[in-house]
Amino acid sequence: MALLRVDNMTHYFGGLRAVHNYNLVLEPGHITGLIGPNGAGKTTVFNLITGIHTPTEGNVEIEGHNLIGHRPHEIASMGIGRTFQNLLLWRHMNVVEHVKMACYSQLEYGLLDAFFGTRRCRREEKRITAKAMHLLETFNVADYSSRLISNLPYGAQRRVEMARAMATNPKVLLLDEPTAGMTPDELNRMIDIIRKIHRDFEVAILMIEHRLKFVMELCEKIQTLVFGEVIAEGTPTEIQNNPEVIEAYLGKEDVT
Amino acid sequence: MDLFLQNIVNALQWGSFYALIALGYSMVYSILMLFNFAHGDIFMVGAYIGFGIATGLLALAAMAGLPVPGWLVLVLTIIISMFLTSFVGIFIERVGYRPLREAPRASAAITGLMIGIILETGNLALLGARRLSFPSLIDTVTFQIGSVYVTNKKIFIVAVSLSLMFGLHLFIQKTKWGMAMRAMSYDFQAVPLMGVSINKLAPLTFAIGSGLAAAAGILYGLAYPVLDPYMGILLGWKAFVAAILGGRGSILGAALAGFLLGFIEIFAAWIFPSTFRDLIAYSIILLILTFRPHGFFGQAHSTQLRL
Repeated sequence: MALLRVDNMTHYFGGLRAVHNYNLVLEPGHITGLIGPNGAGKTTVFNLITGIHTPTEGNVEIEGHNLIGHRPHEIASMGIGRTFQNLLLWRHMNVVEHVKMACYSQLEYGLLDAFFGTRRCRREEKRITAKAMHLLETFNVADYSSRLISNLPYGAQRRVEMARAMATNPKVLLLDEPTAGMTPDELNRMIDIIRKIHRDFEVAILMIEHRLKFVMELCEKIQTLVFGEVIAEGTPTEIQNNPEVIEAYLGKEDVT
Repeated sequence: MDLFLQNIVNALQWGSFYALIALGYSMVYSILMLFNFAHGDIFMVGAYIGFGIATGLLALAAMAGLPVPGWLVLVLTIIISMFLTSFVGIFIERVGYRPLREAPRASAAITGLMIGIILETGNLALLGARRLSFPSLIDTVTFQIGSVYVTNKKIFIVAVSLSLMFGLHLFIQKTKWGMAMRAMSYDFQAVPLMGVSINKLAPLTFAIGSGLAAAAGILYGLAYPVLDPYMGILLGWKAFVAAILGGRGSILGAALAGFLLGFIEIFAAWIFPSTFRDLIAYSIILLILTFRPHGFFGQAHSTQLRL
């Protein structure tokens, strides 16, 4: 059974058709890439899967459970984690709090525990802090743990955001342009990090990415989205040589 | 100089009311990006609930023939009223705001105004137009420190306000809900994806804000023991000004600006004729906002809203 399955998903914003007949089968442990020009609807696909928008038509399932109509926090707890193109970090919170925040629903204490400062409350806080620190170490940002997120270098912010996504214990990780704004050096590091996540956490990944080299390197399968429709799907080599993809990216070849 | 110190004491008390109420505006704003314009009226409802509880407790004590000390009644009144008023806040969120969460912010703001009017006129219909006088639960004792006069009530009011603010600070900094509220104030899109249910966090925020407003209502009744259904309007608006001045969504800012507002008003009334008080005070604040439009601790916020 597919881990994440999307069938004929279509979404309209008013009269604008943002996504049309999108299909996806993501098997456990696989990495699929979603490429396409700006405005093709890639991030909308993510927003539809994570419940930020509800698709006008179609079906989304994780491990056979239907996600349509569930609220974002429910979908998150069903095993879908994500990162954002523009990070969406909490500027005046420190690094370890970012990861603890993602463990919100794993912090098991009630209002009364907090009010009286019970042992249960302290134990839970301690347990989650330890978990958060462990994740920060995995992503090589443990040294920054008590710094404010806005004081970190950009590459480190991205890694904190990934640690945050992994803290929700996802089965499927959606990465929205993990290399946006990165230097070539940081880029190679990111390839290693994604490989590491994939291996150590046994998570399936769907990633939006602009840099073809990066996608080719990591993905087993690539989908090309243009104007909300998948125009090509296949292995990196197939996609690289597909005339329609080349046309969408570079314009029509003029053979004269 | 003596008058100066005396005015500082008065300003601390006066600012306490603004600060406690402003916190409610700020908390709700930081997670829902809307100002709950019914908040001043929740303060009024809190004062009336406090009145009911206090008279009830006094009657109960008289009936039982127990010599219950006034301060005990006062403390119990504050705790019970805060608890009960928090449900008023939860109810308002559920019935008034939640259906409009995806609606334009202007509609939500109008909703707040309407809920406010309903609370005022509902009170009027229920209890009539006569003013109630808040029972004087403790006898006023005046201390003289140097040439400054401080009453036990003033000390109590400022001490309770500061303790509540400190408690709120601990809640915001140390608990998971506080952490989620802070995160929401910086970016609310990512928070639900961390497994946080806005439909639980929003009522909690309203409950806490309303509880603080109820405390402010009772403390206000202690200092100015006349209650009427419209007492929350002007005070609510001024506390709203404090919330803006502190920086939208900033808890620390709201508390500080509440006290600042108290100081500006008291000192304006000291220096100028008292009829000029609000004219001068709010001209100063207008000037401050001209130079600091985001307030003291405000931040440019992303303006789109998706929950």
